[in-house]
Amino acid sequence: MKPAAFDYHAPESLEEALALLNEYGYEAKLLAGGQSLIPTMNFRLARPAVLIDLNRIKELSYIEKNGSGLRLGAMTRQRALERSELVANHAPLLHETMPFIAHPQIRNRGTIGGNIAHADPASELPAVMWALDGYLKLQSAAGERRVAVQDFFVGMFTTDLEPEEMLTEIEIPAMFPRSGWAFREIARRHGDYALVGVAATVRLDEAGRCEDARLVFFSVGEGPVEAQLASDALIGELPGDALIETAAALAAEADIDPDGDIHASADYRRQLARVLARDTLRRAFERTK
Amino acid sequence: MENAPLFSVKVTVNGQLFEREVEPRLLLSDFLRHELALTGTHVGCEHGVCGACTVLLNGEAVRSCLIFAVQAHGQEIVTVEGLTPDGGREALHPLQEAFREAHGLQCGFCTPGILMTLIPFLQEHPQPSEGEIREALSGNLCRCTGYHNIVKAVQLAAETLRHG
Amino acid sequence: MKNRYIGKPLRRNEDARLLTGQALFVDDVHIPGMLHVAFLRSDHAHARIGSIDVSAALERPGVVAAYTAQDLGDYWQPGPLLVPPPPIKDIVFHACTQVPLVRDKVRHCGEALAAIVATSRYIAEDALDDIVVELEPLDAVVDVERALEPASPRIHEHIESNLAAHVVQEKGRYETAARQAHRIIKRRFLYDRGVAAAMENRGVVANWDEKSQQMTIWDTTQAPIPIRNGLAAMLGLSESQVQVIAPFIGGGFGPKIMMFYPEEVLIPWIARELKCAVKWIEDRQENFFATTHERGQVHEAEMALSEDGRILGVRDVFLHDTGAYDPYGLTVPINSQCTLLGPYRVPNYYSEFKAVFTNKPIVTPYRGAGRQHGVFVMERLLDIAARELEIDRVEIRRRNYIAPDDFPHNHEIIYQDFAPLTYDSGNYLPALERAVEMIDYHKFLEKEKARLRAEGRYAGIGIVSYVEGTGIGPYEGARVTVEASGKVCLVTGVGTQGQGHYTSFAQVVAEQLGVEVSDIRVITGDTREFHWGTGTFASRGAVVAGNACHAAAKAVREKILKLAARLLKVPEADLVLEGGRVQVKGKPDQAIQLGDLARQANPLRGAVTPGTEPGLEATAYFGPERGATASGVHAMLVEVDPETMMVEIKRYVVVHDCGTVLNPMILEGQIQGGVAQGIGNAFYEQLHFSDNGELLNASFMDYLLPTALDVPPIETDHIETPSPLNPLGVKGAGEAGAIPTGALFVQALEDALSDLDLEINEIPLSPQRLFELVEAAKLERTVVS
Repeated sequence: MKPAAFDYHAPESLEEALALLNEYGYEAKLLAGGQSLIPTMNFRLARPAVLIDLNRIKELSYIEKNGSGLRLGAMTRQRALERSELVANHAPLLHETMPFIAHPQIRNRGTIGGNIAHADPASELPAVMWALDGYLKLQSAAGERRVAVQDFFVGMFTTDLEPEEMLTEIEIPAMFPRSGWAFREIARRHGDYALVGVAATVRLDEAGRCEDARLVFFSVGEGPVEAQLASDALIGELPGDALIETAAALAAEADIDPDGDIHASADYRRQLARVLARDTLRRAFERTK
Repeated sequence: MENAPLFSVKVTVNGQLFEREVEPRLLLSDFLRHELALTGTHVGCEHGVCGACTVLLNGEAVRSCLIFAVQAHGQEIVTVEGLTPDGGREALHPLQEAFREAHGLQCGFCTPGILMTLIPFLQEHPQPSEGEIREALSGNLCRCTGYHNIVKAVQLAAETLRHG
Repeated sequence: MKNRYIGKPLRRNEDARLLTGQALFVDDVHIPGMLHVAFLRSDHAHARIGSIDVSAALERPGVVAAYTAQDLGDYWQPGPLLVPPPPIKDIVFHACTQVPLVRDKVRHCGEALAAIVATSRYIAEDALDDIVVELEPLDAVVDVERALEPASPRIHEHIESNLAAHVVQEKGRYETAARQAHRIIKRRFLYDRGVAAAMENRGVVANWDEKSQQMTIWDTTQAPIPIRNGLAAMLGLSESQVQVIAPFIGGGFGPKIMMFYPEEVLIPWIARELKCAVKWIEDRQENFFATTHERGQVHEAEMALSEDGRILGVRDVFLHDTGAYDPYGLTVPINSQCTLLGPYRVPNYYSEFKAVFTNKPIVTPYRGAGRQHGVFVMERLLDIAARELEIDRVEIRRRNYIAPDDFPHNHEIIYQDFAPLTYDSGNYLPALERAVEMIDYHKFLEKEKARLRAEGRYAGIGIVSYVEGTGIGPYEGARVTVEASGKVCLVTGVGTQGQGHYTSFAQVVAEQLGVEVSDIRVITGDTREFHWGTGTFASRGAVVAGNACHAAAKAVREKILKLAARLLKVPEADLVLEGGRVQVKGKPDQAIQLGDLARQANPLRGAVTPGTEPGLEATAYFGPERGATASGVHAMLVEVDPETMMVEIKRYVVVHDCGTVLNPMILEGQIQGGVAQGIGNAFYEQLHFSDNGELLNASFMDYLLPTALDVPPIETDHIETPSPLNPLGVKGAGEAGAIPTGALFVQALEDALSDLDLEINEIPLSPQRLFELVEAAKLERTVVS
């Protein structure tokens, strides 16, 4: 289990990295934390010809306030997010999620940008960013664009990124008043990829009716899966146990269409999805108070 | 790819500066074990699950099988050998002593990785609960002990480290 | 005499080296100029080889050699049959053993097709891509039941079906018992495959020194001496030319006793061909294919009972999946067959099994070695009987235990050591009662369970018994030497994989010689140091090697006393050995240091008295007439989340009887580790094969070993019923923890889900499988009501 050979570049600046990416395009793979890429290379399931190591680019690692929201450099380590007070205060859903991502040894290396750009359907952060209505900054030597997280994920391990483009920043908008959030996943063992997981955000209007709700699942499809019918059922209503049960059942039975694998059948995933949707919605509505 | 160019790596390991020319694909675990002969770091899975290869990179626990040696250029690494600079002839580190006292190891293969996971953990959690200890250990697989005595060893070590 | 060292929870001698990273493991061996090997392994489980072309690989810079089966010439031989079939009447057994490299036909996925030797492992792996293989895929035999159908593809064409063995053992007449029975319980039980997953994968380093004509081999084996003997014979060398060292081993658990693995045969051969040092270290992915598996069996069992729940007879017919080859003979299914009887009186027993070849990796013993299956079947039958006869689960076990005055107890069938299955000793009730007390069995069932249920929580309790035949022969040896420093050297032939031999064996010697355990240097697993013995397996280290250490130490003690009596001019009976010296009782000033005695026993001038030997040294051997039977009771409390089917073990209690305890700290460690593997086996670990025989989860990402959050604290207590079959009175303990866990787990789960009348007759489980079983049970209830 030794990786195949590759050409190695370790640019010190973003500009240099984008130039290399422009030069190598499809041939190159960006090395962020490497905690998903290197195991795949050790199994020789991935054999990139060129690796562009982003770990020396200091300018890509930051956690900054952006009004009442946050801007996160793509190379910010997951561990830094986990320990960040800014994140705890301004993106509590993200804060709550961090300990579920693998183990500290992995989070010490793994980065937020690497994780999102990898687009693993079983990964927590894409779903969480979706639920937070995050935006992604994609840069290339030619320029940059800003993409909503919801438009970024194209399929399993596939994103909207062009070969010469790099995810450089993640933007998390400010939380509205009367917002609530919750994250939960069920994994065979702590730190494993989840059998099913969900990130929930809700918002109440002044009358206490649900004004917005997002229920974003992972490990149930090709990428993050938003439960639209469940949201529709919630919006405009006064939250309560019966409503939550209805929404959870809609999410599990109608919104998602999970596959089975050796760890969980489709039916079992639906069952877990229903339980998780119910629990996270309950918790999220509690938190609006 | 034939004759991949070699890269120079200057890295401080256990306080000593090493300089080597390596292929970029060389894993840090292999570099430590086979280039520097620091064989206390063990390799159990090479896909980042078992934790046997855990070392400290700039003070943080990382899997050395998921880092290329070239990436350690200019960084500081501590391996299990760094816990007792004299090889343990005089005294063991309090954490090692606690493992011995509580029978926290059997075959000892996973042990170096577990020790290196626990060093920063105990710095961050000088008074850990059993739940915190178990969670901290959950990224390191041990097939011999059933973890029970490892948990006891960590509790013992935390106490020793607190009271000096 | 009160023990001074035996029975004490002494810290381990080996720990300082292991904790500081100074212990030598096989992959730590570095020899200048050493070459590295990677194997090309088959993706197919069943395929006929057309051709294997390594010529392009040889062109790659850094590649030194490449070998296929054709290159091995006469060295290519199927491996030896390790354990011949036992002497059982009408036994059918077909020996089909593994080959060093596939020549004609691939029989399981991961079987090695070619070996590449290169200057680094990285380059060797690169060159695997250069090899061109032409093969014709064949239908694979995956399912053990379908393997025996006439239409099934055949794995070994020289035998007429996929039947590897057929064995019937019988005691009394089950049919008679069944006719007299008040109730017959009949069920089908499944036990699926897993791997041992020692944290250290296997590895071999071989160094052929042309000038001295010596072969040195470092091998992660549990059996260095048989490896040395076998390799010397294969290589046409004298045994004195081959040294096999099993240094520190990162966990064994059984698969490392298997021999000869293809890599074990090839690496030394390559070293001699190339006249240099060669290393192969198995990686984790290879370990899933190339190291042996265990556990696949399908049982159809029935139990005949009287109205008051006494066992009148048991009938069990089962299939045992032996994988593609059967080099380890019938040890695993014979263990299943024999261990099924457990601690119970079973007057009539009919047991029949068929071992079956499949296109899956080879099955050889892994911790428990088939005993799990027997215990699972028996305990499940008793649980179901208890339910149907409305007898408490503890009570039905109590009623059927062999009485303490009924030992030795002959079960009248043949065990894995070819001796009749006779329990040497046992006392089962105290362990059961202690476990009941520790887990508060009655209080839980009478109060707690209902209280928790009222809170919407599903908690359940389980309690099971088992025996383990341990410490089988043939023999082990040990040599004890008092050195001029006064320190003691103890050498034994068995290897060590974490069991604490450096300490427990030293305690046995210290007991005789009165020296500190830390002053005894223990050497294990090096054929140059000791070259008679078999290995570390079947929970026999403490029993067989431990007693050899005891015998050698006793002989040295006699020499010490004899010489000291002469020098101090007092009768031997007046001497005591303690604190590293011999002293006249009650006269501390009349003493002699052991080091001084050792020098006097090995003089540079003068003569050694005729008829005596120089030095304070003795070698002794121990071979028990048959195994010692350990036993125990495990109990657990679980809670199931009825929505997610996630299970939490709230408490786990073990009361164990392995006779005299050498070091309770080490013993408890063995039990805790065994239970952890049992929990893995019960709820986390399962190998998944496709219909083509590909292994679908060959990684630690998908093959789930339990972590520190999955294994609860294990509460233990001990009953000591010493074995009469060896001087120390010890019984083996290495496998015990892992044996009854599956049976216990399902019993406790059924109890937790008792609202559903769920019956679980398979292992391993998972939340997913539990969900399916619960849904099926719910459906059945709807249909019935």
